Amino acid sequence: MRLIIALALASACGPALAALDIFACTPEWGSLAQELGGDKASVYTATTALQDPHRVEARPSLIARARRADLVVCAGAELEVGWLPLVLTQSGNPKIQLGRPGYFEAASVARLIDVPVRVDRAMGDVHAAGNPHLHLDPQNISRVAKALAARMCDLDAKDASYYIDRELGFQKRWHEATARWEREAAPLRGLPLVVYHRDLSYLIAWLGMREIGTLEPKPGLPPSTAHLAELLAALQRTPAKAVVRSAYQDPRAADWLAQQAKLPSVALPFTVGGTARATDLFGLYDDTIARLLAVAK
Amino acid sequence: MVRKWFCVAALAAAVPQAHAQDAEAQKLREELRQMQQRVDALEQRPRQASENAFNPSISLILQGTAARSSQDPAAYRIDGFAPSGGEVSPAARSFSLGESELVVAANIDPYFRGQLVAALTPENAVEVEEAFFQTLALGNGFTLKGGRFLSGIGYLNEIHQHAWDFQDAPLPYKVFLGGRFNDDGVQLRWLAPTDLFLEFGAELGRGRAFPSTESSRNGAGAWSLFTHAGGDLGVSTAWRAGLSYLQTKPEDRAFEDTDSLGNPVSQSFSGTSKLWIADFVLKWAPDGNATVTNFKLQGEYFRRNESGSLTYDDGTALSGVYASRQSGWYLQGAYQFMPRWRAGVRYDRLDHGTVDNAIVTGGLGPSAADFGPLMTAYNPTRSTVMLDWSPSEFSRLRLQLASDKSRAGVTDNQVVLQYIFSLGAHGAHKF
Repeated sequence: MRLIIALALASACGPALAALDIFACTPEWGSLAQELGGDKASVYTATTALQDPHRVEARPSLIARARRADLVVCAGAELEVGWLPLVLTQSGNPKIQLGRPGYFEAASVARLIDVPVRVDRAMGDVHAAGNPHLHLDPQNISRVAKALAARMCDLDAKDASYYIDRELGFQKRWHEATARWEREAAPLRGLPLVVYHRDLSYLIAWLGMREIGTLEPKPGLPPSTAHLAELLAALQRTPAKAVVRSAYQDPRAADWLAQQAKLPSVALPFTVGGTARATDLFGLYDDTIARLLAVAK
Repeated sequence: MVRKWFCVAALAAAVPQAHAQDAEAQKLREELRQMQQRVDALEQRPRQASENAFNPSISLILQGTAARSSQDPAAYRIDGFAPSGGEVSPAARSFSLGESELVVAANIDPYFRGQLVAALTPENAVEVEEAFFQTLALGNGFTLKGGRFLSGIGYLNEIHQHAWDFQDAPLPYKVFLGGRFNDDGVQLRWLAPTDLFLEFGAELGRGRAFPSTESSRNGAGAWSLFTHAGGDLGVSTAWRAGLSYLQTKPEDRAFEDTDSLGNPVSQSFSGTSKLWIADFVLKWAPDGNATVTNFKLQGEYFRRNESGSLTYDDGTALSGVYASRQSGWYLQGAYQFMPRWRAGVRYDRLDHGTVDNAIVTGGLGPSAADFGPLMTAYNPTRSTVMLDWSPSEFSRLRLQLASDKSRAGVTDNQVVLQYIFSLGAHGAHKF
């Protein structure tokens, strides 16, 4: 009996009873939620950096995790449209449904680029709300951090000062780091790149680089030989400095083009966990810029 | 609420203070302002909200086939099993339009979600496949569904036909459920608060179709229970397994046949039908990234016990006690070996099992040979292979070859070319 009480006490005091149970759709938002929530939050990240965020399935494990979540943190802008709605409706959890405080979309507070003037599937898998890969713009991270911390205060009012302190600390470090990245990345201005998918557009816009082609013929379509041949011909006229892809994208097309065009092929982490150095958001940006600088010389 | 405002105000006030301590604050602000302008220039104004903004999401599935087969699909039957009356024949020969599915779905309010799936059949009829509401706010893992919906029993039953890996249903679905089971009724599901996915469900319905029959009784004509468990095995593999039970009370479930001399007879069954289904599905992709290669393995086992009475009517009606114990299973795999391309293989088998028919054993006249579909001691099998090509997420072309031994002593070789296109809203697919 005493043992049972001791065990019950131990489990009650353990991290399993963190104030907020957070379900993050992608690693960048999982990492940010952990930064802000500290030991008051237990964060589950539904996908890894090696998984295409467009092609996740509503796996049973995700539904089970969503069942207990207090807060769902996702990119929004239709990035998770192929699986999140199912996870939410099957979770039987009213707290995280659309429109509830427990449902948070980064896109709702970020500034989106690439908002299509008209939407037609002939243009590929375009997102009507704009480009959802918004976390490679440090300003967006800062905006999302502010709104997410406010949401955490809302859901867990007794720990509000804790979240505020963590958010302020994060913002300070983030602004300092942003200034440093902008200094370091000065040589990247004007750097012409071929990318795989338009998932690096925010990074390219922020650092003033230039995207001169995509390996995908249209968003969401795998690279085709015909398109790669066209791209190769275009590179003869407008040379690029590198072929860049994200960790989750198939290296074969990027490597083939890079080899043919005699360019370096660069794999960027894209999100937290995409490379060994990208262990958190700071590491993600550090490593991304370092890898680009290596080819800019 | 007060605390929330305090929280927001504190955040707003504290951020500039933190900056002020920074020696580079001024420079930073200027940079931020410039960046802001740049982003503003790129950004579009938000779309204007209007009544139309509340339109439900609409998607449309277009399907069609071109088929050749060595036996006439119009005369299709599965020997040894009572005809289900469902749409179970192989694809019609030559060119034919499949069912066009119209899916309309939206959240109704913060408490309910609604969905309609209407099939426009090639015979120019409209069939309501699903039309249901579903609760969003019951809480504690409960979800209630009501209306007409694909039952949660088995694995494939709840998946829309256009998302199947083969053009047609496995044989056990054809003989035990008439292709699929979508009753009118209510469903309650409960999801356990565990890391392991564990759900329990119960359904109560009118039993409007096979294995049940339409009737005007008060109360439910069909009920079912099901449970599913699932999870991840490492980062690359996900699985789900389930066990389901469906019980119905068919009354005068009749079909027309001919006796051993070719005279028309009508046979009908009244009694209790009990169906067990065990199902599993396993999906694998390297690092859990299904974009380049992935593999899906699924299988289901069906077992049905029916007991009641059988009526045999060739002008004079005879009745006798009837009981059957029959089973069937299928196993299939689909492998995406490169982007856009998948290959799949499927094997189905039905086991005639045992059939006790008092009309025959009691020596009332007719012999086993007069009960063609019910008493032919034959175990139908089918082998199927397919290759499909999906230019994008929204289009798919499939070639399917099958060697179908549903009819005793006859092999039906089938070739089907199928297209599936989906227009409109990006539908989410079940696991």
